Parts: sequence; structure tokens; C-alpha cells
Amino acid sequence: MDMMQTAEREKTGGGAPPRSITLAIAGMTCASCARRLKKRLGSMPGVKSVVVNFARAEAFITYDPAEVATGDFTAVIRDAGFEAGVSCATIGIKGMRCASCVIKIEDALKAVPGVVGATVNTAAESARVEYLPGFTEVNKIEDAVKGAGYSTGSPPGEESEDKEQAARQREYKTLMKKFWFSIAVGIPVMVLSYPAYIGLGDVLVKGSTALRVVWALMGLATLPVLFWAGNQFFIGAWNSFKHRSADMHTLIAIGTSSAWIYSTVAVLFPWIFPRPELADVFYDVTAVVTGLVVLGMALELRARSRTNEAIKKLMSLQARTARVIRDGVESDIPVEEVLVGDTIIVRPGEKVPVDGVITEGSSALDESMVTGESIPIEKADGDEVIGATINKTGSFRFKASKVGKDTLLSQIIRMVQEAQGSKAPIQRVVDQVAGYFVPAVMIIGIFAFMAWFTFGPEPQLIYAVVVFVSVLIIACPCALGLATPTSLMVGVGKGAENGILIKSGDALETAHKLNAIVLDKTGTITKGKPALTDVVVTGEVSENEVLLYAASVERGSEHPLGEAIVEGAKERGLELMEAGKFNAIPGHGVEAEVGGRRLLLGNLKLMNAKAIDLGDIESEAARLADEGKTPMYVAVDERLAGIIAVADTVKEDSRDAIKALQRLGLEVVMITGDNERTARAIAKEVGIDRIMAEVVPEDKAHQIQLLQLEGKKVAMVGDGINDAPALAQADVGMAIGTGTDVAIEASDITLVKGSLSKVATAIELSRGTMRNIKQNLFGAFIYNGLGIPVAAGLLYPLFGLLLSPIIAGAAMAFSSLTVVTNANRLRMWKPREVKR
Amino acid sequence: MIVKLIVDIAGIILILLVAWYFWFSKKEGEKVGESGGVQEAFITVKGGYTPDVIIVKAGKPLRLIFERKESSPCSERVIFKDFDVSKLLPEGEKVIVEFTPEKAGEFEFACQMGMFRGRLIVE
Repeated sequence: MDMMQTAEREKTGGGAPPRSITLAIAGMTCASCARRLKKRLGSMPGVKSVVVNFARAEAFITYDPAEVATGDFTAVIRDAGFEAGVSCATIGIKGMRCASCVIKIEDALKAVPGVVGATVNTAAESARVEYLPGFTEVNKIEDAVKGAGYSTGSPPGEESEDKEQAARQREYKTLMKKFWFSIAVGIPVMVLSYPAYIGLGDVLVKGSTALRVVWALMGLATLPVLFWAGNQFFIGAWNSFKHRSADMHTLIAIGTSSAWIYSTVAVLFPWIFPRPELADVFYDVTAVVTGLVVLGMALELRARSRTNEAIKKLMSLQARTARVIRDGVESDIPVEEVLVGDTIIVRPGEKVPVDGVITEGSSALDESMVTGESIPIEKADGDEVIGATINKTGSFRFKASKVGKDTLLSQIIRMVQEAQGSKAPIQRVVDQVAGYFVPAVMIIGIFAFMAWFTFGPEPQLIYAVVVFVSVLIIACPCALGLATPTSLMVGVGKGAENGILIKSGDALETAHKLNAIVLDKTGTITKGKPALTDVVVTGEVSENEVLLYAASVERGSEHPLGEAIVEGAKERGLELMEAGKFNAIPGHGVEAEVGGRRLLLGNLKLMNAKAIDLGDIESEAARLADEGKTPMYVAVDERLAGIIAVADTVKEDSRDAIKALQRLGLEVVMITGDNERTARAIAKEVGIDRIMAEVVPEDKAHQIQLLQLEGKKVAMVGDGINDAPALAQADVGMAIGTGTDVAIEASDITLVKGSLSKVATAIELSRGTMRNIKQNLFGAFIYNGLGIPVAAGLLYPLFGLLLSPIIAGAAMAFSSLTVVTNANRLRMWKPREVKR
Repeated sequence: MIVKLIVDIAGIILILLVAWYFWFSKKEGEKVGESGGVQEAFITVKGGYTPDVIIVKAGKPLRLIFERKESSPCSERVIFKDFDVSKLLPEGEKVIVEFTPEKAGEFEFACQMGMFRGRLIVE
């Protein structure tokens, strides 16, 4: 009895897929309540699974709608002593074809008593409904949708990526089956087409009944090849034809079917040919060409799925869950539900789920997947963490600052996708050609037929047919069309792997033509933050003491120079003291009392105003200033004690990066608002010859323009915030990002992490990609440009050379594969000038 | 001799037919419907765009909903060069392209390889 019931249940359940519902539960005060509720709900008929989350006060139930209604759940929950609150359900809606549908469906949903809210999403083809389970249920809500004239179903899944993968896999398998079938038919047919070679020359004589029977069998055997293995050609050709356009399918369909039809006419009505030798068959062409082209398509499909590996890798980086603390309770929730401001715990070895700022703890994080920097980075309180990076050593808590589509990773993915879909200017020519290509090939084919039929050697008709078929088959519009996009896809993806975000094909193409590069000094070549560099003493007070006094005075200062002194003192392990009687003198410096001694810290003006004897230290100050540093005088008890110099120091890798840029043949120019002297000092240190100093920010764009007037293609590298106009003026604007605020909009190329060496890598990558694109285009043009004339028989009068349609088919099949494989070679690309 | 002449004349006629059919014949446009202040059109992608000539009004937001019903890689993307739009069209999914055509004129949209083409006529 029981078994029968189960069987029956499964029968009824077979028609309706299981549904899920999330119910908010009120009144759950302990974890054991949750267990009790789970048991009660789980024992209901038709319930497939129950998860009761005590922390979130929710029950997640999967059930069979044919067996149990949502109202029953409410009853059971109430019976168990709890209260069911508002619940949420997502319903799939089919048949939405216009914007007005949205309002219509939403109104219909809201009209259902018990429905609190409804939002319809056209793109996702679903509606999210909030309702009170006691008053209504999903079935009734669905009825309302149906009443409005639409059909419902389970909501579309999110595994579209997997689905696509599976679809590709299926297509590949089908194509391979078609290939093996075509070859299994094609090889015997090909062998039988030349009976003399297999010793059957005496049996299968031209014009004999035996041969005609064999031909007829060959014709029958190739028919399924044509219409099953080659069906995509005919379907594709017909679809295009309806749109007054033609593509590869059209050419292959006409080619293979012409060969088959001619052969069949020769078998069935041999007497209509004026001479018997004209009644010949080309069944081998039909079968073998179909097989080869199908094989080419299968291999190309497989190779193409690899071209987009970079973005798939990026997408798979996203964490699925986050351990969030809400109201003091720790719980794992799907990453989509994390809100800005949530506190999240990350343990060693775990992924950081979203972007945020560390509030407690410290750790080393591996950010290579996002920034391309391979060395793990130490982070502590107040440091930014990037979603999808991996926590290596310690545990920490952080506050989420960016979630969902705002995270750095999401932005990167979006940008890479957009760039991969953009067009490089080089493709414009190809576009022009592509629009006319296929009909032009058809015309060439007909023309070649006519020429051979009129002027060719005997048997003219046979030659004319062979040439016509060969021309159609050898032409390969796909190689031409795939040449640029596939390389671009791989190149842009490769950039993302290295922390280089290329905005468009345009940017990538221009970057390979660059011959000058302008680097902003502050923040690009230098760290952008002053640091202590020198302490010079007169002799009476020791170096550390001078620094200690100065740092104590500057403690709590917000001035960058003061911060640099404090930082420098801390680095030397000095314990700061209390400063008193603090007096800031604007434009001069400060005076204060530290450890019972009177201290003056400031510029030359301050020393002069206080009538401090400078002795011969002024020359030291001048030397430091020449090196681009800012000297500050320190006087202790009205006597000069020394000079502390602070400067914006050069980043560790700037010098090597600039060398690499110069090796790439670029003229490197430094632009800065600083004075000539400071600029020269830095330029000398990093090996730059040409500088543009004392340029106010508004004038930077103008300076770029002047360089462009020298006939140069100029790139500008800056932080993307202050130099936006200059970045826009430059042929290629490159922004160096820091943390999660990446100025993607302002620039053509964005470097996720602030390292100058990536600029050289970016330029190398653009050159590598463009080289690859050109190889592909050259290949495709040469291929079609040589293949078609040869197939048309242009070489015949000179060398007696004529292409067999089968060779043409093989060539065609592997041409697009060659293009895609060459593009895939880029995946192995590595920068040469920049060594890490 | 007569046969050759007939074949050649037939060939020339065929060439002219091909050129006319694929290049010179005029395609009829489809005016788009309007709902809630937004012009809306559905375009099926299968061997080409259906409809492939779309007539819209200038200055009104336009929503084009593409549905690709084939797996050929050629039509994987649709690009409106003049409007800076480039969208991936996963097979069987509805993809929405939205922008407002401000200026009157004829604009082309095409797949990434330029094999499929359509025209947007802004009036």
C-alpha cells in the first residue's frame, strides 16, 4: 500500500518540478526549536527537504506542488508554536514580449490577496513575489500570472555558463559523429571512384552496367552524408538566404550538393550527355568534403572555447559564501546577500568574499588573481581587501564596502567582456570585405564555370564542374571573420590575468603604435608620499636626538611633511616624547618645547626670523634641495642642531620599468607640477632625459598636445584622478589604480595595481596581440587570395595545376582552425622586456 | 557552339541574379511598436536578423530585444558601432539593448564578423 502510494506520488510529481520556498519564522528562541520545526515540516507528505536556519529565522523547503500547498506549511508552523512571516518565491514567467507586460503582470500579482509585493524582471524572465503564506500560496500566484495571459515555469537557473559548456560539448560530440560517419562513407566511395587503382579496372568499365550499379550505390550511401552530416550547411544556407545574405554554409551547401546532383544525373540519365565520358560521378567530393569541413568545425569549436578561458577563470574566482556576523551571530550566507557594512570573518586559506576594509586582525593576502602581483601582501587594520583574493596566513574581520556588481572583480569582468566584444580599427577593412565576400565568391565560381566550359580543354563540362565546386569550397569567410576577434579575445584576457585592463580594441591597437610615453611624476614614478631621506647634524646634538625632537613636535600632524618625519622616527625605533607650548607660525614652521628644551622646526625664513646662526650648513641644504628633497631646519635651545630632509621617493621598480620602456623604443617624458630642480633630480635617478616641469594640472593636456604636434603617438600614465584631461588628450591614457578604486572610466588602459612595470607589459602585450592579429589577417587574406584563383584554375594554363575539390575542402576545413590556434598561441604570451 | 552560348548567357543571368539578390535588392523595414514611452522591437537572430531593417523615431528611448536561435559563432555578438553598443548574445537567451537614437539617419548594426547586417533607420 505504502509502496503504491509512493509510486503514485512520483507519477503525479513527474509532471510538476519540485519548488522551493523560503519562509520567515517568528518565535524561534532556541536551536532546539529549529530542530523541532525541521522535523515537523520534514514529516509532511510531498516535502522533499527542509533546512531551518535558526540564526536567520528562516525555513527553506523544497516540495512537490502537486502534493502539498504552501498554506499547509503555515498551518504546520503555527501548530508547532511559531508564526510564519512574509515569504519570498521566484516564479519563472514565459511569453513576456514587451515592456507593458511587466506592469500588467505586476498588477495581476499584487491583486492576489496576501501578496505583499511583486517585481517582474523581463531579462531574467521571472517574478519575485513577497507574500503571506497564511493568505495565499504559490499556486494561486501562478494562477494570477496565467490569468493575465502568460505561462509559468520554474525560474531560469543561474548555471547558464555550465549550460553553455554542456551545449558546446554536445555540439562537439555531434559534429565528431557526423565526421566519422562521413569518413566511413567517404573513404570506400573515394576508393571506388578510381576502380583502376584497386585492380577493378577490368570489371568496372566506363559505361558498363556494373559501374552504373556501383555508382548508384555510392549515390545512395552519400545521401545521408549530405542531409544528416551536412544538414547544418543547408539549414544555415536557407536561413541566410531568407535574409538575402550568404555565408560559409551557403558555399559548402551549394558545393557539396552540386557535386552530388551532377553525379546523380550522370547515373540516372547518362544519355543526356553528348559524350559518354562526361557521365562521371563526384560522390567522393560530397562525402569527403562534408566530413572534412565538419571536422574543422568541431576542432574549431574546441579551440574557440579555450580563447575565452581568461574570463571564465575570473568568473570562477568569485566566492560563493561569506561568513557574516549579524547581531553577534556568525553565519554562512550566499555572497549575493552580503550588504555594505556587514562584518565578515575570513580565516586562513579562505577567499575574501567582497571588497572592504579590515577592522580587526592582520594577514598576508594573495592578490595575484586580480592585480597580477605574485607576492602576497601584508594587510592590517584600515587596509583595503579585494574580493576574490585569498587569505594566506592570519584571520581577520573586515567591513564590506563594495558588494555585488560594484566589487573590483565584477568591474574587471564587465570591462574585459566589453573589451573583448569591441572592434579593433584594423577590422574595418575586414568588415568591408566580409559583407561582399560570399556573393562575390559565388560570382567567381559561376564565372570560372563559364570560362572552363567555353575555353577549357576536354572534357569541358567535367572541368567546369570541378572548378565551380572547388572555388565555392575553398573560400573561407570564417577565417577572415575570426582573425581579429579571437586574437583580441585572448589578448584582452591575457591582460586581465596580468592586472592590465584594456578598455577596447581601439586602445589595444593604438598602444602598439606608441612612440612616446609621458609619465606623471608624483604617484606614478614616485610613491606620491614624502618620506624621510636625510638627517644632517651640526655636531652638538646626535642624529637620532634631532629626529626625535622633530618627530615629537610633529606628532599628530596632518601635514605630509610632518607625517614623513614621524614615520621616519618610528622606523628608527625612536619613542616619541610629549611636546608642549606648541605654536605654529604659518609659512615658517613651528616652535614647541620637548623634554624641557626649546625647539624650532621650519624653513630658512623661520631661522632668519629667530636670528639663528646657520654657519656653513646652508650649502648642505642647497645640496639636498638639488637632489629634489625638501630640507627643514631644526634648532634646539636657539642653536642650530641640523637639517632633516624629506622627499617623495622613487618606487622600487620605476628605474627598471623606465629602462624597459626605453628598450621598447619609446621616448619617456616626465611631467610634473614640481620645480625644475626637483624634477631634474628625480629624472636623473630613474634615467629620464626629457622633463616637463612646473606644469599646472590644467596645462598637462596642452603639453601632451604639443608632443602630439611633433608627430608622435603619445601615451599618458597617471593616477586617473587629477590627470583625467591629460589622459583623455593622449592617444592612449593609462591609469594606475590603487586599492579597489580603479578609475576605469577615465582611461583606455587601467593597471589594477600601482606598478610602472605593468605599463611596459601592457605595451608589449598590445604589440604581441597586434602581431598575432596581423598574422591571422595575413593568413586569411593570402589563403582566400591565393586559394580562390588556384581553385578557379588560374594556374592551369601555366603549370597544368588544378585543385581537386577534396584538397580544397581540406584546406577550407583547417583554415579557421589555423586562425583560432594561432590566436590561442597568445595564451602562452609572456612579457620579454619586463622580468619579474 | 549553341550550347556554349546558352550556358554562358545563363551564367551571366545567374551572376546578375546573385548580385541583385544579395547586394542591390531593397529590404523592407519594420516600424517598431511603442509601450510606456519606450520604442520596442524584438529581433530574432538566425542566419541573419529578423527583422533586419528597423525604423524608429529619433529622440525616444529604444529597447531592442535580441534572441539568438542558433549556435553558429558568427552571430555571437551584435554591435551598434555608432551607439557604442556591443552585446554578447547567448543562445536562446533574451538580451536587451537600450539606447536613445538622437539623430536621424541610417545606422548599421552587424555581428562581430560583419556577416550579418541590419539597418536602423532613425526618422
